[in-house]
Amino acid sequence: MASYLARRLIQSALILLGVAFITFFLLYILPADPVRQIAGRSASAQTVENIRRELGLDQPFVIQFLRYLAGLVQGDFGRSYLQKTQVAELIASRLPATLLLMAAGIACELALGLTMGIVAALTKGRFTDQMLMMTSFVTVSAPQFVVSLILLYVFAVQLSWFPVGGYGTFRHLVLPAVTLGILGSGWYARMMRSSMIEVLATDFIRTARAKGLTRVRVILRHALPNAILPVIAMIGIDIGVFMGGVVVVESVFAWPGIGQLAWQAIQRIDIPIIMAVTLVSAVAIVLGNLLADLITPFIDPRIKIR
Amino acid sequence: MKNLLASTALVLAFAVPALAQDYTPDPAAKQGGEITVTYHDDVATLDPAIGYDWQNWSMIKSLFDGLMDYVPGTTTLRPGLAESYDVSTDGMTFTFHLRKGVKFSNGREMTADDVKYSLDRVTSPATQSPGAGFFASIKGSEKMADGSATSLEGVKVLDPLTVEITLNRPDATFLQVMALNFSYIVAKEAVEEAGADFGKHPVGTGAFKLTDWTLGQQLVFERNADYWRAGEPYLDKITFQVGQEPVVALLRLQKGEIDIAGDGIPPAKFTEVMGDPAQAALVVSQASLQTGYITMNLNVAPFDKLEVRQALNMAINKERITQIINGRAKPTGQVLPPGMPGYDPAFAGYAYDPEAAKALLAKAGLPDGFETELYVYNTDPNPRIAQAIQQDLAQIGVKASLQSLAQANVIQAGGEPDTAAMIWSGGMAWAADFPDPSDFYGPILSCQAGGPGGWNWAHYCNKDLDAAAAAADAMTAPEQTADRMKAWSDIMAKVMADAPWVPVFNESRYTMHGPRLGGANELYADPVATPINFDYIYVKE
Repeated sequence: MASYLARRLIQSALILLGVAFITFFLLYILPADPVRQIAGRSASAQTVENIRRELGLDQPFVIQFLRYLAGLVQGDFGRSYLQKTQVAELIASRLPATLLLMAAGIACELALGLTMGIVAALTKGRFTDQMLMMTSFVTVSAPQFVVSLILLYVFAVQLSWFPVGGYGTFRHLVLPAVTLGILGSGWYARMMRSSMIEVLATDFIRTARAKGLTRVRVILRHALPNAILPVIAMIGIDIGVFMGGVVVVESVFAWPGIGQLAWQAIQRIDIPIIMAVTLVSAVAIVLGNLLADLITPFIDPRIKIR
Repeated sequence: MKNLLASTALVLAFAVPALAQDYTPDPAAKQGGEITVTYHDDVATLDPAIGYDWQNWSMIKSLFDGLMDYVPGTTTLRPGLAESYDVSTDGMTFTFHLRKGVKFSNGREMTADDVKYSLDRVTSPATQSPGAGFFASIKGSEKMADGSATSLEGVKVLDPLTVEITLNRPDATFLQVMALNFSYIVAKEAVEEAGADFGKHPVGTGAFKLTDWTLGQQLVFERNADYWRAGEPYLDKITFQVGQEPVVALLRLQKGEIDIAGDGIPPAKFTEVMGDPAQAALVVSQASLQTGYITMNLNVAPFDKLEVRQALNMAINKERITQIINGRAKPTGQVLPPGMPGYDPAFAGYAYDPEAAKALLAKAGLPDGFETELYVYNTDPNPRIAQAIQQDLAQIGVKASLQSLAQANVIQAGGEPDTAAMIWSGGMAWAADFPDPSDFYGPILSCQAGGPGGWNWAHYCNKDLDAAAAAADAMTAPEQTADRMKAWSDIMAKVMADAPWVPVFNESRYTMHGPRLGGANELYADPVATPINFDYIYVKE
């Protein structure tokens, strides 16, 4: 177990180094000059060169990258080019909102998605199944912007049940979390359905039925724990997606998450912020997958970690 | 809807900045009340030496002051922290007499040392100010820029209330520069305490002070009780919420939850809002000091031929383009926008005439037209405008392929000598830093700005006009102002004779505010404090 963990952690570190290098390199070769963005329109050529030198952007690529890594190792993400604030502070200020929305969003996705998936599997081929699968298809392909705005318009503007965007109380959280739940539930529903159908066809389920167990008990105690494995792996990936930011939903509901920060930084080529958000989201994906792998043996004892 | 443009523009066109003239406060204005303003993007910084976007520009104006200021809602200079000033007869030395008893929001009295410190700070490379170049006419600025001095030689403190600034050349725009955000006075001890975070902890002498900034969520400005302009500002508190989608902000404004949607009316909602008389009555429109144009790169064939550039000027149906953006602009044929001193209302430019354009192309040896590229910023409505331009050009046989790119990539391509044949400036178009015609020449039409990385995307260079521009800006005496503006009108007419641009339109800015807000329309469409002058608006009931 310990050696497995060590191996996985070293792998993870290498993956993160690779992500950092590729992102930094892509930003370096981008045919756009961050200094021009900072300097704005009226800056003289001398001003532009002075800013470039102050930021160390006149150095060769390798030096810039090594300097960045050296900072990173000491926990220094650098300062935003345009906001002139420590990037760590900017990320930290948005982390609570991001984590909260992630937890609530995944909870809604699971509640909706798993229910739909299980019901569809049990009614396989019948009308309910077909309706549910069509619904899941619609939610997966629905544009975030449209779903967010419809929910906002109906429940916040027309009915005034919830505030029109913002952050701070449980009532603020409901609409964005439900939006994300609806949008993401389709993936889980489809995965749960196929996994469940597969499990229901296995011998041990037939045995359990033959023993005379109730239908509910067979499904909840025997089928579900086996069918849920691929879903757990998917949550791991989902965590990474959420940590990278859900730009549109955050924007419509004025939710101060990491996605808004990333989007603005990309618009303005604010390299330190882009790097930091990319790395945070890469760390989340790597850790999410690692956690999913570590949890699996507890749910399915047949799987052993070596 | 109320349109303020026409009458004021004509009056201002050749107006002399009369410093004695000041502002008559709105008799209905009342002190008190709180308002909420929303924006989509984060506020980048409130450091006056750094902040340089349309969002933080007016916020910084409410937190800080400069030696000079503008009469609210106009482009007319008035004294700010300097009560008065003297100019030497050669126009090279300005002596500013500061007001007594002006306090920073930390309670300390402002003195001449703060003026010196602020100007040294903004010109020091370590500050990374985008505006350092505006101070090039102050003696010693070049030594600051190359790092060989740490203090401006030309700025001297004579006594605690007197500052003398010596220039290295006569500069008619110098007082405008002293009213520019970059020259605002900061409190030294506050800068030293906050270091690079001063933009988050600003301390100035302005009408408001920052009392809370929750990153990514909101900023709160409260009235500065010690403000030196007695009785101002009117509002007790302004809350700026960030991270709000413009469509949602409009819904909240209609619901009465907020007072001003800072990002304006979303294009998709514009017709709906303007079609409802009750809502349209809350919309203020004002032509901003801005021109949208197409640049034609003189380094790229066939735009090296004058006839080709003139032909394109005749080929674009500007009326139709303004319709694409719901008529939120007025077609133009010249560089300067109306409202800018030096604008010549009599100058017609090239009339729309595709047949004449074809004839000119034939004269240039291109009877069958040619193929070229048009670069455009990929955010609505710019690609749609570019398509209209593309269709107009096709009418005279010019096949333009569109390069729709992110803003930074278009700017990069424009700065390279021979990459972008044509650029539609929308979304990046030139808007004035300060209301003086020289600001529409030096940074975008001069030979120097045509170098690599510059904003002269036509790479146009006319040495005679550069000399004429320098001569015009050396006309510093107040009685020369009319002659100087005439000189600028001539320069801009000559630019259009060379036709490096197709000027297309002057955009108007639309601000919508809640029904409980009061204050003259000009305050919501301020040409200098773009767009809202927070110091003078008030809550009615």
